[in-house]
Amino acid sequence: MMNLTLRIWRQKDSNSKGRMVDYKVTDISEHMSFLEMMDVLNEQLVNSGEEPVAFDHDCREGICGMCSLYINGEAHGPDRAITTCQLHMRSFKDGDTITIEPWRATAFPVIKDLIVDRMALERIQHAGGFISVNTSGNTQDANSLPISKINADEAMDAAACIGCGACVATCKNASAMLFVGAKVSQYALLPQGQVEAKERVLNMVAQMDKEGFGNCTNTGACEVECPKGISLENIARMNREYLKASILSK
Amino acid sequence: MAILDAKIPKGPIKDKWTTYKDKINLVNPANKRNIDIIVVGTGLAGGSAAATLAELGYNVKAFAYQDSPRRAHSIAAQGGINAAKNYQGDGDSNYRLFYDTVKGGDYRSREANVYRLAEVSGNIIDQCVAQGVPFARDYGGLLDNRSFGGVLVSRTFYAKGQTGQQLLLGAYSAMNRQIARGKIDMFNRHEMLDVVKIDGKARGIIARNLITGEIERHSAHAVVIATGGYGNVYFLSTNAMGSNATAAWKIHKKGAFFANPCFTQIHPTCIPRSGDYQSKLTLMSESLRNDGRIWVPARIEDAKAIQQGQLKPTEIAEENRDYYLERRYPAFGNLVPRDVASRAAKERCDAGFGVNATGEAVYLDFASAILRYGKEQAKIHGISDASEAKIIELGKGIIEEKYGNLFQMYEKIIAENPYETPMMIYPATHYTMGGVWVDYNLMTTVPGLYCIGEANFSDHGANRLGASALMQGLADGYFVLPYTIGDYLSNDIRTGAIPTDTPEFDEVEKEVKTRLDFFVNNKGTKSVDYFHKKLGKVMWDKVGMARNEKNLKEAIAEIKQIREDFWKDIKVPGGLNEMNVELEKAGRVADFLELGELFALDALNRNESCGGHFREESVETEGPQKGEALRDDTNYKYVAAWEYKGEPSEAVLHKEELEFNDIELKTRSYK
Repeated sequence: MMNLTLRIWRQKDSNSKGRMVDYKVTDISEHMSFLEMMDVLNEQLVNSGEEPVAFDHDCREGICGMCSLYINGEAHGPDRAITTCQLHMRSFKDGDTITIEPWRATAFPVIKDLIVDRMALERIQHAGGFISVNTSGNTQDANSLPISKINADEAMDAAACIGCGACVATCKNASAMLFVGAKVSQYALLPQGQVEAKERVLNMVAQMDKEGFGNCTNTGACEVECPKGISLENIARMNREYLKASILSK
Repeated sequence: MAILDAKIPKGPIKDKWTTYKDKINLVNPANKRNIDIIVVGTGLAGGSAAATLAELGYNVKAFAYQDSPRRAHSIAAQGGINAAKNYQGDGDSNYRLFYDTVKGGDYRSREANVYRLAEVSGNIIDQCVAQGVPFARDYGGLLDNRSFGGVLVSRTFYAKGQTGQQLLLGAYSAMNRQIARGKIDMFNRHEMLDVVKIDGKARGIIARNLITGEIERHSAHAVVIATGGYGNVYFLSTNAMGSNATAAWKIHKKGAFFANPCFTQIHPTCIPRSGDYQSKLTLMSESLRNDGRIWVPARIEDAKAIQQGQLKPTEIAEENRDYYLERRYPAFGNLVPRDVASRAAKERCDAGFGVNATGEAVYLDFASAILRYGKEQAKIHGISDASEAKIIELGKGIIEEKYGNLFQMYEKIIAENPYETPMMIYPATHYTMGGVWVDYNLMTTVPGLYCIGEANFSDHGANRLGASALMQGLADGYFVLPYTIGDYLSNDIRTGAIPTDTPEFDEVEKEVKTRLDFFVNNKGTKSVDYFHKKLGKVMWDKVGMARNEKNLKEAIAEIKQIREDFWKDIKVPGGLNEMNVELEKAGRVADFLELGELFALDALNRNESCGGHFREESVETEGPQKGEALRDDTNYKYVAAWEYKGEPSEAVLHKEELEFNDIELKTRSYK
């Protein structure tokens, strides 16, 4: 059982000024998940009539991409290849002070406490994160077009992105290149994605720049913090696609 | 009883859907531009419906409580999606998928709906591949399949252990294309709090902007509810923390009948509970049962030693292990349907053979699969004298390729390596087969109000087969609703935009605001979670895997009491006009407190055992099926559709008699 001090960013809404506030929690089991520890704190706050700490979370099994949190200076906390909801208290020890902040990036304004607005990522997807095929029931048979297993597997690895924004939060430039690179790569690796490949990469990158995300300087922090292990190669592939699309004539 | 007309088309089952599509009314493209549709929920059903309706030309308003449609809980589905493609040439067909689904559902689903589901299943795979969904493929570049519980063919398509994610991202990408075109107006971080009816028809909703707290009016010519199941009535389930029944329950209170609430799936392979702080349970995909063998110690003294931490599972000799599923059900073994596997686990644990400190867990062991794959790989790689260590290494590689992310997930939670020691699993609430009653058109008993995906009741009867939820969600959204809703909307082409400044909207908005005001002003002493956990405990203990009359009657009384206490003593800090997470939770739990009671009432009414609903009073007493669930087709071969009358306990039962013309009713045997 652990007793901990939590230093948490509290901010009433996007227009208010925020500040760090210290809280104590006691009798925390090492088997608890980090967010269950936050539940304990919030139950404590509600019972004493205070407003609980707002944080994003939903599936609590590492796939919805809703949870965020910058814990002791690391996106999704100290462990690797996990989301915050998969972080367990066994990664901490009795007496620790844990600093908990929201994602920090110009493109992610704080909504409340630890919750940020990730609509910028949505708008990038609107700009080109799709293949233009209507639902009809008349598309060709799924097996009429074989796709090499290697390409299919690589496309799957890129498509595993959960859109949490850890790559942006951890990057010193607040770059979204890993996020965008993953989507561009998924389609670039599949024959279905070829028809619109050029417009897709140009439009998505243009939207990314418009949203105020920074550029990539190849530090690789995003790959390290990505809960799904999305590879930097996806950024390289996006750059190739971008170059190809930019220099080739219409 | 005329009110419950399922509107099943006439004719042979194979032709019903085709004939129906040929005969329905259509809306011409120019008129579609003048018709608005609200879709609440953006999971597989809602997302695919919103995208398809927008492609057709309707103006869609879509609502999600998360910050993006991509986060709906469909994303957490792991194992796969069924389709009767027969790519494996193992004898699959639409009929067989239909048959398996009806049988797996213990003959409590509607034949015509299920046949249609099987019929469009192949189209779903074609559509998803066209969207760029990266399904698993073999070395020839063709799609790979795996097998799931309750069937004898391999018809499950998958994308690693993240099939739900990939399918949802496919539907999400289709939505994004329509959002970019302005055909879908997407309302993220919004929650529907009630439906508005005008002249008896659903014409809009009241929603709360979860960032600002603003109460908004939205009108449309039809409203589609796609908000998933009500598993969180148990507090602990594999659902997401925010998964709730509010939209479904609110429409029930406004006239939509609620069907078979007691049909709930307790999934056999979840990570066991570890303490009272537990906030949710995590599913381990059923696909693991393809290769994992389930067992408990055969000797009670070994079980006790394991519970006390004095013995490790790897120290128990093969002959002292009880592979109880293989023993009881030799034909299907570890791949029996979910309800059967769950009850068998409970039976062993109740008898004292459970593992884990709590005694509430069984083992799922991959050791023999690792050896089997290892030997196969050694042959493929031409290693003739492979050592056991090499075989194990090769075998682990295959297991990692198939289930790597699941093994990693397990290790993160339990801090044990499942490649070295068996996983511990225990059943948990996972999916709700019951839901809002709909007819063949997927319309509820309220005209213009539709319900699709897990939120409706129709396709899975009393038990859902693995990999069929994704199939149904996408079938409803991509291929069924877009047709059926057109037939209804063809009468609305002259209606024009629906105004929101009407007495009907005023009234419902007032109801919504009154309730929210109450919560923030009540100043009680107990948190929302306090009541939710109390409700969950009653549900699990008395309306869980095994049910009886005495417990169900107690549950009804206890839930009523918890509900009374809730309304007296609930405490919600914070205000109305701001983001207020406790306020959101309060509304959802208030609805669960009513739904839970109807759930218990339905379970009490249905004095038979079928699928996920097991009544201890109704078991086979002799013969080879002794001890197994006993279904009662004479008295309960119907859908129980409940009409709201003020209090859950006063709900009126309407029966939709089920007819089985194309499948012979049989005792469901997996022996």
